[in-house]
Amino acid sequence: MAAATAEGADRASRPNGLWILPAALMFGLFAGLPLLVVVGLSFTSWDGIGSIEFIGLDNWSRAIRDEQIYDSLWISVLLTVLTWVIQTPLSLLLGVWAAGRQRNRAVLSAIFFLPLLLSTAAIALVWGVLLDPNFGLAAKVGPYIGFPDGNMIGSTNSALLCIVVVLSWQFIPFHTLLYQAATRQIPQMLYDAAVIDGANRVQQFFRITLPQLRNTIVTSSVLMIVGSLTYFETVLIITRGGPGDATNVLPYYMYQRAFQSYEMGYASTLAAFLVLLGTALSLIIVRFSGYSKMRSTLEGM
Amino acid sequence: MAVTDERTHLRGSGITVGVPVPPSPRRGRRFRSGRRERPNWIAGVASIVWLIFVIVPIYVIVRNSVQSRDAYIEGGPLSPPNELTLEKFEQVLSGGFWTYLINTVIVTVATVALTVGLALPAAYAIVRSRSRLVGSMFRVFLLGLAIPAQACIIPIYLIIIEMNLYDSLTAIVLPTVAFGLPLAVLVLTTVLRDVPRELYESMTLDGAGAARLLWNLAIPMSRAGLVTISIYSALGAWNSFLFPLILTQSEDLRVLTVGLYDFRTQYGIDVPALMAAVLLSALPIFVAYLFARRWLIAGMAGLGGK
Repeated sequence: MAAATAEGADRASRPNGLWILPAALMFGLFAGLPLLVVVGLSFTSWDGIGSIEFIGLDNWSRAIRDEQIYDSLWISVLLTVLTWVIQTPLSLLLGVWAAGRQRNRAVLSAIFFLPLLLSTAAIALVWGVLLDPNFGLAAKVGPYIGFPDGNMIGSTNSALLCIVVVLSWQFIPFHTLLYQAATRQIPQMLYDAAVIDGANRVQQFFRITLPQLRNTIVTSSVLMIVGSLTYFETVLIITRGGPGDATNVLPYYMYQRAFQSYEMGYASTLAAFLVLLGTALSLIIVRFSGYSKMRSTLEGM
Repeated sequence: MAVTDERTHLRGSGITVGVPVPPSPRRGRRFRSGRRERPNWIAGVASIVWLIFVIVPIYVIVRNSVQSRDAYIEGGPLSPPNELTLEKFEQVLSGGFWTYLINTVIVTVATVALTVGLALPAAYAIVRSRSRLVGSMFRVFLLGLAIPAQACIIPIYLIIIEMNLYDSLTAIVLPTVAFGLPLAVLVLTTVLRDVPRELYESMTLDGAGAARLLWNLAIPMSRAGLVTISIYSALGAWNSFLFPLILTQSEDLRVLTVGLYDFRTQYGIDVPALMAAVLLSALPIFVAYLFARRWLIAGMAGLGGK
């Protein structure tokens, strides 16, 4: 025991590595393996029912010439950037605000979390009703914000913005919850010390709250960026990629190829590309933020 | 520096002073109970704006579920609640709703049980085991946080077909659990890391093995985290749309989300019926929220109160 490191100098009973196996198997079979299979399928031709044929690089060379991919990729990147830029500051501020113990904040945040209770399908259906240019709210509000006919969802320029608004309504509560929980874990003594030093509210936010929320910002951003890059249920339900191809994000294009034209092989090529893109992005975020060295924020206090 | 800061600090209360005021011991104690003792007006106004944005769609759901189709066409989505009727709920409840509800409950319960049952020992091993394998698997789980479920739908479809699980509720549960595991493991790992090492040592001295340490120490100390991941995975399962849409097809295996999607085709422009269906599909979750929110907040208070 003399040679043991400081970390393991105790004699406490410890679980062995087998304890992680059941979770690892489940994760490996239904989340890990699909990652490999999707790459494999991208070299095949498959209609979803018949046999799977190996066709080499045909799908990939077709993809390079497919102009819809470039359009869809651009729309996806736009959607992702808009999502991050809008949702991160809003949910961070809301989360920090909701972490306060005041009664009014408790009551209001209980309402703010309500969208969490609704499914994607429900939210998309309700917003579809609101955005309906004939009977919806869009018909009433549209004229005041530059849409005399109320047709925001049917216009090429604003349809994507409508999707961004719907996604904000849907996902900001989740990220707010992450930030609220993390803010409440910040040791009170840091604020007490800051108050003694004469720091005002804004300074407390930038000097204490924001640095302490660093891990949460990374987690939330990874989920948000990779999520919105690959998410398409809302598009599927509200716009079906339209009008024209104005909201045809890359994952929705993949869905169309796979489950509407039954070109599973070609769709897998798109999926593989999406997976590579998402993994690369999250690796970059994780690497540059030192996240894998994650430690308890309370350690050493 | 301190002078200016103090001046800013007191501006909201209408007092401007040019000299630093040392906080009295009493004042210091007040800070302990509430983080901010002065109301934040800007945040207050902003929160009202946000409240309107959040509440309008919810009002539309509730309001329109209790009116007739003709009243909706006349009054629009934001009409004041005058004429009330429950006919739309009857219409929805007599249209296959109960089957969808039961299927959704089965999927949700199975998903939560599997997620907690798998994530807890995994997180325990990650925090306490010295095995190198566990450390590298933790990194795999962290990366798994970012694996996009949507982009994996085609291979999952293939794997489910190959396992002869296509068109079954199991087909929905297994991938939902797999994709929920990384977040569950991460949350539990974070919570378990804060259990003091000394407690493990002293309980070991009393003769506890690894399993008893999990049961008698780690689980009680991470109750808040367990509640959190249960709620997350329950919501994920209840609301999942793509997996049931792709991996099942029979009508008697339909879950609520896919049912709603079909309601739209079925009811078309009958918005009140659609809203009644939306409301009914969210009602069990809403009731659970009223009950579990206490747990969630108590759990977080437990975390933050250290």
